[in-house]
Amino acid sequence: MAAKVTLQRESLVPFIQILGPDGMANPNDVVELGLKPHDFKALYRWMVLARTFDERALALQRQGRLGTYAPLLGQEAAQVGSAYALKPEDWVFPSYREHAVLAMRGQSWLQLFTYWGGNEEGNRIPEGMRNFMICVPIATQILHATGAAWAAKLKGEKSCAIVYFGDGATSEGDFHEGLNFAGVFKVPVVFFCQNNQYAISVPRTRQTASETLAQKALAYGFEGVQVDGNDVFAVYKVTRDALEKARAGGGPTLIEAVTYRLTHHTTADDWTRYRPAEEVEMWKQKDPIKRLRLYLEKQGLWSEQDEAKLLEEAKAEIAQAVAQYEALPKRDVEDIFKYMYAEMPWNLKEQLQELKDYLAEHGGDLPHE
Amino acid sequence: MPQMTLVQAINDALKTEMRRDPTVIVMGEDVGVNGGVFRATEGLYQEFGPDRAIDTPLAESGIVGTAIGMAINGLKPVAEIQFDGFMAPAFDQIISHAARIRWRSRGRFHVPIVIRVPYGGGIRALEHHSEAPEAYYVHTPGLKVVIPSNPYDAKGLLISAIRDPDPVIFFEPKRLYRAFRQEVPEGDYTVPIGKASLVREGTDVTVITWGAMVRVCLQAIEQLEGISVELIDLRTLKPLDIETVLTSVAKTGRAVIVQEAPRTCSLASELIALINERLLLQLQAPVVRVTGYDTHIPYLTMEQYYLPDAGRVKKGIEKVLSF
Repeated sequence: MAAKVTLQRESLVPFIQILGPDGMANPNDVVELGLKPHDFKALYRWMVLARTFDERALALQRQGRLGTYAPLLGQEAAQVGSAYALKPEDWVFPSYREHAVLAMRGQSWLQLFTYWGGNEEGNRIPEGMRNFMICVPIATQILHATGAAWAAKLKGEKSCAIVYFGDGATSEGDFHEGLNFAGVFKVPVVFFCQNNQYAISVPRTRQTASETLAQKALAYGFEGVQVDGNDVFAVYKVTRDALEKARAGGGPTLIEAVTYRLTHHTTADDWTRYRPAEEVEMWKQKDPIKRLRLYLEKQGLWSEQDEAKLLEEAKAEIAQAVAQYEALPKRDVEDIFKYMYAEMPWNLKEQLQELKDYLAEHGGDLPHE
Repeated sequence: MPQMTLVQAINDALKTEMRRDPTVIVMGEDVGVNGGVFRATEGLYQEFGPDRAIDTPLAESGIVGTAIGMAINGLKPVAEIQFDGFMAPAFDQIISHAARIRWRSRGRFHVPIVIRVPYGGGIRALEHHSEAPEAYYVHTPGLKVVIPSNPYDAKGLLISAIRDPDPVIFFEPKRLYRAFRQEVPEGDYTVPIGKASLVREGTDVTVITWGAMVRVCLQAIEQLEGISVELIDLRTLKPLDIETVLTSVAKTGRAVIVQEAPRTCSLASELIALINERLLLQLQAPVVRVTGYDTHIPYLTMEQYYLPDAGRVKKGIEKVLSF
């Protein structure tokens, strides 16, 4: 009789979770994180701040006081947990939803409002800060991160790069080229995929026939790992481990943070057209913020008073940024022209003058029609 | 006759052609279940199913490249690229293959695809959502480039584009998607590719434009007193209806070209060259261009300074008349 062959369906990549939706965690796993109570509270504070910013930005957009905005609701742990593991010398390449990451890296809420308000000054990264700008075209920033990390390696620096993108980005050619280069040249880069289950309306299952996104790393010759993206502890751990490996010369890692976009893709989108309310409700039960709060409460680290105080502080901090944003001065039209080249060529000088003359003829601004 | 917006006319054209011809399929990001981010493909998924209203993975090169393959094997794909700024990843497939397959194969193969692209500025959108990239495609041999300015033309031109045996880039001015309604016939009709529209007759100056700038020019013309302006809406940017342009400019002796795209090496540049080559001695004044500047289109707080408005068009007309 022929030997019996059993095919086992095993995942090709590990799935990491430390903090469950009920706020329970294995104490040994928590100890292994090396984080102290003040770190837990800092993680919690950042998540609450990010959500406060998000709610305010949505409201402003609905009132016509902000442009089209991409909310992060539900993805706070994926962003805060990963950014908490970064060092200032590491490079960050965001896509367009990483408001929490950018704030944690030192960009102000004012700057974020400025960007989403449709003002290019929101892209001005403070001197010395190793954040790159928000990237709207999908997956293109993955190659930039690979290049920046590759340069660090070539220059003998001990810094890494992390790049953020979504599940949809894994379908673009640039994703594959970025991972391939990183694998070939063993580059110190962390590919951080926030799999929020939808690319606008298209579900993850329509992006790839792969069981996981993380396993795509295996074909490029390096490690891929899935993590509960709503578990800030696990996200911190896998990101920290990936960064440490990269710094030690171990090359790239692909992290797939399994999370969920709890609301619209952007304010121009309507999620009710493509997914059932029950699905959204199910994911709300896995809320990343609630989960950490439950943990903190169980550890005796958090009270009702702490919560009320934090919410008040967060609101005040964001309100101050909104006030600053709405008081921003009107810019000169020269702004449209002056960052095109190091030196303005004749045609731009001529066109700028043309525009200035036109405005001058109408009392300094566009005519009302 | 039903009143339709431009985006409804696009939708109606797609339905009309998909009902008539079972080889027509629609593919792109969010075009199925969601009905398109602008609702241009609304209802197609329900009526024609997931094999003819296809939600693809997020990959523009993939969308256009596979559309080419489908066309080679007998289908007529209408591929959507979600925004003008996201055509770039598909550029290779468009210029290296869609535009060249008839030529390369000595006529054995051809690529009857349509690439629909929401086009242009003025909707307060994010970066890469407000571009006017027509010049790249007009410049590329082997492509046709179409851009309607009203619902009637949008439906008729899209039906023509779908029936056209060659690849057509079909730009849809997104600021006009819901700007106004117009009577649009039900069922089948076409507006020919390669034929401009004489929107308004006049004798003093010819204004040549396309897309969303047609309305801006009309607004300008209405504000000008005592000047007789002839307005041409090109509708097809390639092949250009040179006859309509030259007949008009020969009559008026003066021309203004209005476009929202940047100025350098643009379609306006080509139009000036054509006019100068053929009508130089009949011109009363150098041709004037009113265009976007040679910069990237600003984010929403400043984009109104970039896009030509009625005032700038008037200024252009006055300039060509005062030479």
